[in-house]
This record gives sequence, structure tokens and C-alpha cells, in this order.
Amino acid sequence: MTRNRKMMIAVAAVLFYVVGVPWLCAGRNYYLGVVTTASVLAVICAGVWLIFYIGRINIGQGAFALAGGYAAAIAVSKWGLSFWIAMPFAGLASMAIGILIGLPLLRLKGVYFSMITLSLTETARLAAQSLKSITNGPNGILNIPLPRDLSIFGITVIPDFATVDKHLALFYLGAVLLVVTYAALYRIVNSRLGWLFRSLQQNEDLASSFGVNVPMLRVIAFAICTFLAGVGGAFFVAMQQSIYPATFAVQDSTYFMLYCFIGGLSFVFGPLIGTFILYMGFEVLQGFKEYQPLLYALLMIGVMLWLPNGLLSLRPPKFLSAKMPSRPASGGDV
Amino acid sequence: MAIMEVFNLTKRFGGLAAVNNVSFEVREGEILSVIGPNGAGKSTLFKLISSFLPATSGKIVFQGENITSQKPHTVARKGVIRTFQETTIFRDMTVLDNVVVAHHLHSRASLAGFFFGTRIAREDEAAFRRSAEEIIDFLGIGPMKRELAKNLPHGYLRALGIAMGMAADPKILLLDEPFAGMNAEETDTALGMVRGIRGRGITVLLVEHDMPAVMKISDRIVVLNFGEKIAEGKPAEIQENEAVIEAYLGREDEELGI
Repeated sequence: MTRNRKMMIAVAAVLFYVVGVPWLCAGRNYYLGVVTTASVLAVICAGVWLIFYIGRINIGQGAFALAGGYAAAIAVSKWGLSFWIAMPFAGLASMAIGILIGLPLLRLKGVYFSMITLSLTETARLAAQSLKSITNGPNGILNIPLPRDLSIFGITVIPDFATVDKHLALFYLGAVLLVVTYAALYRIVNSRLGWLFRSLQQNEDLASSFGVNVPMLRVIAFAICTFLAGVGGAFFVAMQQSIYPATFAVQDSTYFMLYCFIGGLSFVFGPLIGTFILYMGFEVLQGFKEYQPLLYALLMIGVMLWLPNGLLSLRPPKFLSAKMPSRPASGGDV
Repeated sequence: MAIMEVFNLTKRFGGLAAVNNVSFEVREGEILSVIGPNGAGKSTLFKLISSFLPATSGKIVFQGENITSQKPHTVARKGVIRTFQETTIFRDMTVLDNVVVAHHLHSRASLAGFFFGTRIAREDEAAFRRSAEEIIDFLGIGPMKRELAKNLPHGYLRALGIAMGMAADPKILLLDEPFAGMNAEETDTALGMVRGIRGRGITVLLVEHDMPAVMKISDRIVVLNFGEKIAEGKPAEIQENEAVIEAYLGREDEELGI
């Protein structure tokens, strides 16, 4: 598929998303909210996918989303900062924590790395509960104001969320995050960075033998991953206008992993597809809600047994594929 | 001129000295082989020199610089490149991609530069590709370049490993048992390959089991037994050396009157 075709499909998909979805959900704010939530979950999930891509399983993304959420909540409600500064700040705060934890943690391989990350979310929840002076403990931080307007040189770029349709505004904010994240992820995977990440995934010793600074690359991947978690966490603070220690729980962390599995680990758009299908599927099938963990578990086992490469591998649409091993690294001449 | 000097290198695993007080030098442009019976410490020595294992004591000097116990990627940056035994390759990439990726050290653009696709990054990519094609042809695996690495026949895999080592632009290439498990014909091809590498001005240090191949190709040989160096010299000298014959065949008085 040529570059132009790919571009056209991407533009069509984005247009449908930003025009079609609000039109379909017009007057049904609940459904618009579901799509909005899914879009930002997909942003957080993209980070988990990137860690899969370097050959590690991160089951602690909820911890970083929670950290980002608290960072944004504190910045907005205690320091009185604008949400538009608080959101990148939340990403960077979460990233700083990610780098600090990642430096020692990423030396672990396989199941050991996963086990530690699994405990991170619970650690973060307990920390949020007990650091009362910073996080207000189990009561959480409430009544966080909606994002205000953003003006550059007197021109209002983003309107005050309180003066416009809040649901639509949040939807568009989520849409921007979604598009930027996945465009960047696509670019990473298809640039040299992606080749290096794949080389880590397949054999770290071999990569270091030709001079790849393996520990540094792992930390770079983890920094990107935790940055996305922080930004996503900040978004949910804006959406729910509150944050509690249990806003992101261990369950959420494992769901992120499941979304990646369902979509397909070797496809850039795997986590996006996985998140939308699973999250929206369950929101629509309200009656099954109480069986959600059970059904997720069965689904997980089923996917691993029968569809190890995820949904996108069913009929591999080439333009969605991140890893096309038969394609040469620097453009084909076949 | 010595390109690499090893002084009193020792590696202990608990009480066992896998490599004990070994010293030798590698001269620029030569093919030096390290041989020894099973368990002599060859592989450990190999990992020590390529910094995949930290030494317990002793010193490795490369081009006048102490490189003992540095990180593998730092040592690689200085031109000390190792290859792996058997089938350590990126299995799910094509042959060409394996070698393109291995050009990492040639990057002039930063990772951000590659992300944004700057002009230098694009030039780098094109240069890596040209160079990879050239190396692949040089080692005779050109016809296989579009195959997935995991589908390659055995002999080609070894060549691919060497190609990736060459892509990193080594000053000294460390080959881990390059002739292991090869038949006579494959060994001959591989011998030609190693000579060709030296012909490009790359010093070669190899660790090997296959005695006839080592005798044919080496300028000099270092012999290890029980972790210690027992001999060093030209192939003809090694063949005559009493200690070496003893190490390989056992002491005559130990034999039970055959």
C-alpha cells in the first residue's frame, strides 16, 4: 500500500471519529462519554503496548495513571494552575516517577518484571491513601474545576469547558490525545527507534553486542509509557472532576494488558482496537457488568489459545501492521 | 603491534577459577585462535574479553585503553565486537534487516532525528542499507537477503551472525566457535570468510573446537587447559608442544596399556 493510500485511510478514520461519532451520539451524552473514556484509556494503553514491544509486560500502568491524576489534581486545585499546564505537568511527573522506578526495575526480565509492576498499582493506591497531607487520603480530591479557556496572545484557542457543551469538549480533548498519541506511536515504531525496540524484544544481548545502549533504550520506552499514563490520568481528573486512591485499581492495570492482547501485540493500532471493542462492548452490554472480570478472564484465555496475535491478525490489514518482517528496513526496492 | 593485551585475567565462579591468570596479546591484523579441551575456560575467556562477564581480577587493554569490566555496548563502541554461537539472531526480521539494524553505531542522527525523519536520518538509513547489502554479498548470503532469519539454513545463520558483527565496524572481531557443527565443505567456505574479514584489515580472535580448521587458519594459537594458558605459538609449534598433546590426549602413563 502506498503512502498516499495510508494517509487517506488515516484521514478518513480521523474525520469519521471527530465528525461521525458526535453526530451519532448527539443528545446521548452517556454514549459520548463512553467513547471519550475509551479514547483516553486507549492512550494509556498505548504505553503498555510499547512495553510489550520491548519484550516486557507492564501490569502497573494504573499506578502511573493514578500518579498523573493526582499530579494534575494538585496542580489545578491546590496550586491554581491552568489545566493546560497541569496536564503536561502530570505527564512529566508520572514520567519522572517512571524513570526512577524503571532504572532498577527494567533490569528484571520476564515474569519478575511483571510481578513487581503488578504490585505497583496497589502500592500507589496505599500511598495515595496514607499521604494525607498531599492527597487528602481516602477522601480524595473533589470539586476540581473544569478546564478553563486557553488563550495565546489574547486569542482564545480553547474555550472554557464550563461555557460550552462539557461532554463534547471532553470528547474532542480525548480525540486530540488519541490521534496525537497513535500518530507518534506509529512514527516511533516505523522509525529506527522501532527497529531498536524490536531488537530488544528479540534479543537484548545481541543488541548490546553491536553497541546498542540497552538499559537506556528500555528506560526511554518506559518514560514514554509512563508519560502517556500521566496524561491519561490527568484527563480523567478533568472528566470526573475528582480523584480517589481507587480511581485506578489493579483491575484497571490488568485490563490495559488485556486490551493490548485482544487487539494484537504486533500491531500499532492493536491497543486502540482492543480498548474500544472491549470497553465499549461492556458498556453497551450493561447486564453483563457484574460478570465482567469473569468474562475478561475467559476472553484472555481464549485469545491466548486461539488468537495469540490478537484481533488484528484475523485478516491482517497491511496498513495497520507495525511489524512487517518481510519488508526491508529502509523502504522496498522490490 | 599489539591491538589488545590481556594481563593476568581471572574469573572465579565461587571457588572455581574458570579462567586463571591468563595473559596474552593480540597483534594487529592477525588471526589468533584460543583452543582447549572441553571446560578449559574458552567461552568464559571470550565473554570476559567482550565484557559480557565482569572479570574477578586482571586487566584487558585495547589500543592502549583499559576496557576491563566496561558495559558491552561501550566496548562495542570502541571497536571490540563479538558474534554469538549457534543461532543468536533476530529471528523475525529478514536477513537484510538484521544487518541494517546492526549498523547502529554508524548513526549520525539522534533518535529524535530518526523520529522526525530529518535529512541526516534519511541519509543514514540509505547508507546503512547500502553497507548492509555490501556486507551480505561479501559473505555470500546475498540470495537469502529477503528471507526471514529464522528460515535460514544452518551455515547461512553463522554467516549472518558474522555479517552483523561486521556491520558494527569492528577493529577486532571476536568469533565464538565459527566452525562448530559444520561439515568439511561448509568449514572451507567459513575459512574463506574469516580470511576475507582479515583481508579487510580487521583483527580476528576466535574461540574454536575444530582443530584442523584452527591449524589451517590461525597465525597464532593460545591453548587453555583447566582455565590456565598452557601454550602459545604458531600452529606448527602448537602441534609439537608436549603440554598441548598431553592436554588433549591425556598422559601416556595414565593410559591402561592399550
